[in-house]
Amino acid sequence: MNPFSSGTRLRDMIRAIRACKTAAEERAVVRKECAAIRAAINENDQDYRHRNLAKLMFIHMLGYPTHFGQMECLKLIASPGFPEKRIGYLGLMLLLDERQEVLMLVTNSLKQDLNHTNQYIVGLALCALGNICSAEMARDLAPEVERLLQFRDPNIRKKAALCSIRIIKKVPDLAENFINPATALLREKHHGVLITGVQLCTDLCKISTEALEHIRKKCTDGLVRTLKDLANSPYSPEYDIAGITDPFLHIRLLKLLRVLGEGDADASDTMNDILAQVATKTESNKVAGNAILYECVQTIMSIEDNGGLRVLAINILGRFLSNRDNNIRYVALNMLMKAVSADAQAVQRHRATILECVKDSDASIRKRALELVYVLVNETNVKPLAKELIDYLEVSDLDFRGDLTAKICSIVAKFSPEKIWYIDQMLKVLTEAGNFVKDEVWYALIVVISNASELHGYTVRALYRAFQVSAEQESLVRVTVWCIGEYGDMLVNNVGMLDIEDPITVTESDAVDVVEIAIKRHASDLTTKAMALVALLKLSSRFPSCSERIREIIVQFKGSFVLELQQRAIEFNSIIAKHQNIRSTLVERMPVLDEATFIGRRAGSLPGAASTPTIPSVSLPNGVAKPVAPLVDLLDLNSDDAPAPSSSGGGDLLQDLLGVDLPPASQQSGAGQASKTGNDVLLDLLSIGSPSAPSSSSAVDILSSNSSNKVPVSPLDDLSSLSLSTGTTSNAAPMMDLLDGLAPSPPTENNGPVYPSITAFESSSLRLTFNFSKQPGNPQTTVIEATFINLSSNTYTDFVFQAAVPKFLQLHLDPASSNTLPTAGNGSITQNLKITNSQHGKKSLVMRIRIAYKINGKDTLEEGQVNNFPRDL
Amino acid sequence: MNKVLGGFGRGVGRGIIRMGIRFVLMVNKQGQTRLAQYYEYLTLDERRALEGEIVRKCLARNEQQCSFVEHRNYKIVYRRYASLFFLVGVDNDENELAILEFIHLLVETMDRHFGNVCELDIMFHLEKAHFMLEEMVMNGCIVETSKSNILTPIQLMDKTS
Repeated sequence: MNPFSSGTRLRDMIRAIRACKTAAEERAVVRKECAAIRAAINENDQDYRHRNLAKLMFIHMLGYPTHFGQMECLKLIASPGFPEKRIGYLGLMLLLDERQEVLMLVTNSLKQDLNHTNQYIVGLALCALGNICSAEMARDLAPEVERLLQFRDPNIRKKAALCSIRIIKKVPDLAENFINPATALLREKHHGVLITGVQLCTDLCKISTEALEHIRKKCTDGLVRTLKDLANSPYSPEYDIAGITDPFLHIRLLKLLRVLGEGDADASDTMNDILAQVATKTESNKVAGNAILYECVQTIMSIEDNGGLRVLAINILGRFLSNRDNNIRYVALNMLMKAVSADAQAVQRHRATILECVKDSDASIRKRALELVYVLVNETNVKPLAKELIDYLEVSDLDFRGDLTAKICSIVAKFSPEKIWYIDQMLKVLTEAGNFVKDEVWYALIVVISNASELHGYTVRALYRAFQVSAEQESLVRVTVWCIGEYGDMLVNNVGMLDIEDPITVTESDAVDVVEIAIKRHASDLTTKAMALVALLKLSSRFPSCSERIREIIVQFKGSFVLELQQRAIEFNSIIAKHQNIRSTLVERMPVLDEATFIGRRAGSLPGAASTPTIPSVSLPNGVAKPVAPLVDLLDLNSDDAPAPSSSGGGDLLQDLLGVDLPPASQQSGAGQASKTGNDVLLDLLSIGSPSAPSSSSAVDILSSNSSNKVPVSPLDDLSSLSLSTGTTSNAAPMMDLLDGLAPSPPTENNGPVYPSITAFESSSLRLTFNFSKQPGNPQTTVIEATFINLSSNTYTDFVFQAAVPKFLQLHLDPASSNTLPTAGNGSITQNLKITNSQHGKKSLVMRIRIAYKINGKDTLEEGQVNNFPRDL
Repeated sequence: MNKVLGGFGRGVGRGIIRMGIRFVLMVNKQGQTRLAQYYEYLTLDERRALEGEIVRKCLARNEQQCSFVEHRNYKIVYRRYASLFFLVGVDNDENELAILEFIHLLVETMDRHFGNVCELDIMFHLEKAHFMLEEMVMNGCIVETSKSNILTPIQLMDKTS
């Protein structure tokens, strides 16, 4: 009985499913079918096994689970008939994958079938192996596949070639066995064998330099000849596509030539003629021809320089770029991107066309063109290019604006010739697309503004104007609010007027209006509102006439449901009401933010940031950078363990000014890291040791009057002197507590979850220790740094660490620092593991480990189980 | 502790393998999958999500727009034939135009076998469509580009049955 012709019931099922009008009906039909199939499987029904599997494949395609049919595949594969085997293998490829244990069971059947007398069955087995082979299977079956590369039937040889690719990718050590049989395939005439043989050689070259050298030396001439024959071959109906014989083979050959020519002048020289011929002679009015030209250009650009060929290639790209077909334009942009590194000047010539493509109606083309423009920008053309892009921002699609904005900001920041231009451009971007601007971007803007002291007045006035038209752009609002808070007096008094400005008249109450609008707008988020509160406090001192009005606004937030706003409102209110005498010193202008530190930190040079990339490395003193809690106060200093605010007003105020804000839910984890960052920011804000800190306005100087003559050595000294000088001795103790938390080695109780290291495994020859850390905001995930120490006097080579965990855990292993472990004292291996515990809080971690290595070439294996993880990981 | 043993090897790093073609999908105008072959492993949920996302992206595009869509870290090359969309997911360094041509070859091959292939042919002869595709693509690489070479084993099957 044939499974394919007797598919009546399969047909019935498909009809039934098609007839379903709703998803629920479909689910019901599928459920019924699955039940029937399960029953058939339980009864071990032989006759309908293949049909059941065909049904399962259909059900699987619809996206329903079909794991219960996996064993059926194995049974079908083991059966003797070709039709059964065939559907069995198909099922195997569709329903299973290399990670399932069932796959281990199929290795034996595969081995038998690879040695079968029927070549079609051999073909089936090869195909399946090529698609699903795991590393273990690769080792077991590599000899069979190697033998089949020389099989008499070309259809088997071609499949064996692709199977070999899978094998060498799974087990790169086996690559050298395949070099000779693979190069033999390059001399074949059969296109299928050639195309797969070329592919195999390409992959061999990528995996092994030995193979690359060998193939480069022995095969380059032959490949050039093959390509020549192919390009000049007469019409062959079997492989002809639009007048070109087998474009797929053309492309594969060109790809391999590219790999061989890269970095080798001789090999590149050998292929020059044929590349020139392909580039000039190939028809370019059909897709197939263009596909070859495209590949050829890519090869010319990658191999060693030949001026004439490069010109030819760039000209082809120019032709592509002006093509009416969008597909061709797309690949041209794609290719120009790669050509930039080879010949930036030639690509610059097409700049105008590329810029037009940024405005194309097709999202794919726009995206490519934007990336390309981005790499074409330099100091000389940044002004016109940025102008074009910003002008386009106004009319661009909403879903494109995010990308476009990010690129513009990056270009402007990277190449801006002068500060005023930078500020102008950024204001335009904020006005047009302030909602798309990333946090780092406006932090950076504020740093620049803060540093450009001669432009403070100009900037705050420009922001004020921009706010009048674009009050809905969140990040514009934030920057405006911050600047008005800092430089509100310059806005009102027209301080620092530049020649290019139109004079405007802004009253003190107009300035307060802006902040009031910002704080009362429903769409404003917590960050904006909190920034607005700070700005109001500052304005209350700068504009005494509005002080009462400001107090009224602040008082309204005393009832805010958001704890952060409520707290600020209460504290600020008491500053205004009770502490007139110190208010003006408290709300002094921010010291100039240190640009160099900011840029350095952004580049990730901060040691803390480097090890935990999830914590944003940017945190500005003004502001609002914190990985978990949305808010950071003036100084961006936070710790998760708060001393209870005392009743003494002075102490509160001090805490608040220092921005020691302690939202309850923030930073439960990674506290050590965070406090380090906090410390750093504090240093930064106080600009300790930084020559750029102006001595008159720095917070250090205001508060540490008793030590104003010497540069403070540590922030702790400084801060403690600061708490003393305000005269609120009642609060000195919690203050000190808090600062303790910032010391380089913080006591654990102040830092919440810091887990002790454990020795996870120890034998006579090896010790393994685990260090734990948590990523903030993700209590389920633990990052483990595993350190291996060799306790013997031999060096271990081929060191491999494997770990397995139960189902409720997810494990991710990063690559180890090395695979050679020197003797004790000469170094160790470290490897990071990331574990996500789906039962966090209920179950502890547990892990089984296996460590394999060689001592003097002898394999050693150690296994163990780790049960001593700290609880609550 | 059985589960622990069962999970062995899960954490062992699976290298990112560049493989050219990552998947071939056939989807009708309504967005229903009619054939799917993946050359990298994805769980059922990942597949459903992926198919949903890319189908939405591709079906929203018009005739004039180019046939390539970038999605996550790879590209979709797609082509429409009557009510059926052919979507091929490829690595970024694959030749997009060649894949476009490959889709056409696939359709021509199916045409030769089914005679003017339509959605229903593929639905009701899913296994044959799979066999054809298997003869053409293996492990993400093109194996054979000659229609008669592709169809010979399939016709042989038909004859013997």
